[in-house]
Amino acid sequence: MFLRTSLYYQAFDGGVIPISVYAQIFPQLLEGAFVTIQLLILSAILGFLLSFLGGIGRLSRIDPIRWISGFFVEFLRGTSLLVQLFWLFYALPLLGIKLAPGLAGILALSLNYGAYGSEVVRGAIQSIPKGQTEAAIALNMTPRQQMWHVILPQAFRTMLPSFGNLFIELLKGTALVSLITIPDMTFEASAMRTNIEANTPEIFTLLLLMYFVIGYPLTLATRWLERRFSVGRL
Amino acid sequence: MWSWDFTFKILPQLLDTLWITISATIAAFAVAMIGGLILAFARRSTFRLLSWVTYAFIEFIRTTPPLVQLYVIFYVLPRYGLSLSPFTAGVIGLGIHYSTYLSEVYRAGIDSVPRGQWEAATALNFSPLQKWKTIILPQAIRPVVPVMGNYLIVMLKETPMLSAITLVELLGRAQIIGSNTFRYLEPITLVGLFFLVLSYSASRLVIRLEKRMNINHHGKMDAAA
Repeated sequence: MFLRTSLYYQAFDGGVIPISVYAQIFPQLLEGAFVTIQLLILSAILGFLLSFLGGIGRLSRIDPIRWISGFFVEFLRGTSLLVQLFWLFYALPLLGIKLAPGLAGILALSLNYGAYGSEVVRGAIQSIPKGQTEAAIALNMTPRQQMWHVILPQAFRTMLPSFGNLFIELLKGTALVSLITIPDMTFEASAMRTNIEANTPEIFTLLLLMYFVIGYPLTLATRWLERRFSVGRL
Repeated sequence: MWSWDFTFKILPQLLDTLWITISATIAAFAVAMIGGLILAFARRSTFRLLSWVTYAFIEFIRTTPPLVQLYVIFYVLPRYGLSLSPFTAGVIGLGIHYSTYLSEVYRAGIDSVPRGQWEAATALNFSPLQKWKTIILPQAIRPVVPVMGNYLIVMLKETPMLSAITLVELLGRAQIIGSNTFRYLEPITLVGLFFLVLSYSASRLVIRLEKRMNINHHGKMDAAA
């Protein structure tokens, strides 16, 4: 599922060209960065959808829907992301369902962060004053119209900063997929470490910096959202 | 498919490692509590450089993955003469990562102490140490205890990551069992259930603590002071 353009250790075979260590490490980490970003975006989209499914499901008037979504959300929040990742990767094939590593990674990340996201959705919807629903009922809106035109547009503003924070947590979470053989940034770094052990400090320094370069704009954007949407609020 | 015989065979082995998961969580949480307080103070420092460096440190640690930070502690530090056991490295790594979160929690608590309390401490001629120990911190920490409790639960669920730096905790043991027997289904499912039970009981504990502290709030004893 993830494309790789070059072979793993090619650059380090001879060591003929005396370029700086960082110039050797960077291209390989960059390849991993593309995988990390793909994972981040795909899991964020899927997790975002699951957040609404779970969050609205937990507020449903129909008992079984509420129970099932409650069970899934609590189950996914209560077990650990890495355990879920390993379960999908190692245990599920023994039940006859074999997922590609990339799919297992995206599934685990989006289910786990989707569960946290559904609490964000639920909290935001519950924070909308009752009067809004009552007004929508008075205007003869159907339940769906109430949700789409009255509740969600207001609740969405409240959700944004929390989603921003979850997005940063998701980025950090993607590093775990390296442990189920997905060639993300951390995987590339670990692979390089076993090959050119002498350069371990440079590899991990650059790796940390690259995560920071991806992550810090997200932090700044989240702060901006927090300020932007706290204007004019009580 | 699922084998109960196998499940009962491996259960004791997994239970053996349960205390490693629990003690790693508690130790890392202790590091985070102390580290968080230090960071919160350093951030408040009137010495600009210290405050700025602390800010940069917090931002950097919070934005980068704890797994990579663990790798740095476990694989890079030995090159500079500091070799740590997997347990110690894991406790320090997770502890430092979450100390940056807890420093924000402390900050929120400190900011919530009313101005009058600070002024009263000054008016009573308290030394800075007395002021913090007897007036500010007891009032700052109480309202944020539930948040701190939540971080304890978050950290518990991060401990499986320590298996990546060769610590044999619950997930590490499950992996070893899996690779020896080619049966991953039972051990990893059991580990998931263990975490469910652990995090559920931890959250009950936090709720109880929260309730008790509220009762204390109106009662006679002041546990935090």
